Amino acid sequence: MKILVAVKRVIDYNVQVRVKEDKTGVVTENVKMSTNPPDDNAIEEAVKIKEAGKAKEVVAITVGEEKAQETLRKALAVGADKGIHVKINNTIEPLAVSKILKKIVEKEKPDLVFMGKQAIDDDCNQTGQMLAALLNWPQATFASKIVVKDKSLEVTREVDEGLETLEVNIPAIVTCDLRLNEPRYASLPNIMKAKKKPLEQITAEELGVDTKQRIQQIKVEEPPKRKGGIKVASVAELVQKLKNEAKVI
Amino acid sequence: MPREKMEYDVVIVGAGPAGLSTAIKLKQLDTNLSVCILEKGSEVGAHILSGNVFETRALDELLPKWKEQNAPIKTKVSKEKFLFLGKKTSLSWPTWLLPNVQKNHDNYIISLANLCRWLADQAEKLGVEIFPGFPASEILYKEDGSIKGVATLDMGLDKNGNKKEGYQEGMELHAKVTVFSEGCRGHLGKQLIKKYELDKGKNPQQYGIGFKEIWEVNDKQHQEGLVMHTAGWPLDNSTYGGSFIYHAEKKQIYIGYVIGLDYKNPHLSPFDEFQRFKTHKDIKKMLEGGKRIAFGARALIEGGLQSLPKMYMPGGLLIGCDAGTLNMPKIKGSHTAMKSGIIAAETIIENIKNGKNLSTYEEKFKKSWAFKELYSARNVKPSFRWGLILGIIFTGLDQVLFRGKLPFTLKHKHADHDALMPGNKMPKIEYPKPDNKITFDKTSSVYLTGTNHTENQPVHLKLKDASLPINYTLQKYDEPAQRYCPVGVYEIQKDKFVINSQNCIHCKTCDIKEPSQNITWVVPEGGNGPRYGNM
Repeated sequence: MKILVAVKRVIDYNVQVRVKEDKTGVVTENVKMSTNPPDDNAIEEAVKIKEAGKAKEVVAITVGEEKAQETLRKALAVGADKGIHVKINNTIEPLAVSKILKKIVEKEKPDLVFMGKQAIDDDCNQTGQMLAALLNWPQATFASKIVVKDKSLEVTREVDEGLETLEVNIPAIVTCDLRLNEPRYASLPNIMKAKKKPLEQITAEELGVDTKQRIQQIKVEEPPKRKGGIKVASVAELVQKLKNEAKVI
Repeated sequence: MPREKMEYDVVIVGAGPAGLSTAIKLKQLDTNLSVCILEKGSEVGAHILSGNVFETRALDELLPKWKEQNAPIKTKVSKEKFLFLGKKTSLSWPTWLLPNVQKNHDNYIISLANLCRWLADQAEKLGVEIFPGFPASEILYKEDGSIKGVATLDMGLDKNGNKKEGYQEGMELHAKVTVFSEGCRGHLGKQLIKKYELDKGKNPQQYGIGFKEIWEVNDKQHQEGLVMHTAGWPLDNSTYGGSFIYHAEKKQIYIGYVIGLDYKNPHLSPFDEFQRFKTHKDIKKMLEGGKRIAFGARALIEGGLQSLPKMYMPGGLLIGCDAGTLNMPKIKGSHTAMKSGIIAAETIIENIKNGKNLSTYEEKFKKSWAFKELYSARNVKPSFRWGLILGIIFTGLDQVLFRGKLPFTLKHKHADHDALMPGNKMPKIEYPKPDNKITFDKTSSVYLTGTNHTENQPVHLKLKDASLPINYTLQKYDEPAQRYCPVGVYEIQKDKFVINSQNCIHCKTCDIKEPSQNITWVVPEGGNGPRYGNM
């Protein structure tokens, strides 16, 4: 079995994101970048399945600018066998990413495609679902547990009501939740070995995918600052304020 | 079971200006050497914080084509000001009366973090292996007492030291020569100084704590290339310190404050002095309506030549501010740190190839311009123990008239942690509340540093005696850790001493200033700590 894992380079989750002055986006210059956190879970799960002898190869793929290769090197350092970098220079939307992934799936012929449930930069939560539709494969999203069976996966999903377990036939798409596992640390020797692992580079044009933006972004703004709370003296005052000021009752 | 091992010709601890210069110079001199750098930050630059007005002298020697190679050194200093501040007044000191060391017309306003990122790129192109996120946590010794290398920290331990899922054992890196360039008060450097008595016959090291904020302001408030320093208010005559205000590119102002850690009053809060400083009318007008986009703090070296330890030991070198090469009156240390790194590389090559002893480092360093600079600067900082006014008068004579050639050397008498007076003998200081426009509290400031520490891991701020803060330090000194820590790591809550180690920004002030030396800073997991951008 072969598993393709899609990873994305995003602003590190500890960084306080700042909106550009002209409101066209957020500042990324000299900002610490990292792998999208749930993508780390996706890689970890694929590597675990491989270590359990249930998969033969784990291929990591990323779509992004030149430096997105760092994300692939990290995936290779924690156990992926090969990296594919699809190079783009502009902003890309989930639909275009799904189309690129479809092309790569046709080429690499994996049995499973794993990725994070969503990316923490745009929070779209669309790529996995769109890819499932394009490939006409079954999908299991927000996975917090994956059991590999003969020709299927038993996947536990994190849903609003609690946990939902379903079975999908292989080939399938799985998007991973942070609860799925605890990603390992890359060791120094593995980081060095990762530098020697194969990394293919290809452009979106070479794949014949149109990455033109279809969504027009009007502006990016900081969320309004939260106003400080107040203390009320009595229940009566609270009710009065809820009624007349907040107008919620 | 023994840990995994890797062999290198040279292992360097810390990817700052000194360590990176050593690595680059080594590969320039011999491309076949295997060189690696361990860095505790999540990436190169993440733990770098500096003013910074940069003198290019060492870089000109190391990478003479830095301009063509597009180094992030763009903003030339175009104007200089020096102000003495009173509470409501300011007196501008004519720049022609400034000592030469404080003139900056050939220098550049830069972000040292960005310069380090660029230096790291140059080093990697030359074949240096850089491992960010891997802190060296332990020095390894050979049987003969010389240095064998370092070991990286075990990752994935819980707060009690038990292995968690994903535990990764640290590994040993062995080297012919190990270079320690951790910056001011490196936790391994501190051990080396003690073990090899590198500070024998030297004055106690002197430190300061430096703050820096980056502001985005509007066009009218911004004069790209302006370098401004102040002394005086809000500090009293007996406290050593001052500010810097650098107008950098992209309408940014780098504003900061440095306070000598030899201050006496345990009620003093360096953080709040810095915040208060910004409310001076002449400072406030540069920031009003602007936005603070970054904050950070870091201890720095102020001891100069009198306190500079021996920089070599069997199998190892201690360079940059891990030893203490900062030039205090010049308010610069990047160029001397880089020079000390270049000399380290030259020494190592002769050691590996010709078997020359590493002690040749000393002769080489003494012949260098870096040493000459530190020599002529040596009397400035100690003269300020007579107070700001006498210190300035002496410095004027020493630096302008005698150009640092006075035939005597003033001494640093005390270590900084011995300088505190008991709390009941010193006045309490009432600091104004933050207005959240110009001044801020510690909580909102630490948020801007991007600091994070893996939650369930051993506390990296170790108390030698856990009962001391409450039983002694609180009573005698009103527990100054509550105030000298720039981000509020230490709190007294209902007679309990609380260490919020996840907020730590690795400034090392507690390790320096704790009056009983009860706090020891050790490295937390790799990649933890601040994530500074262009600091």
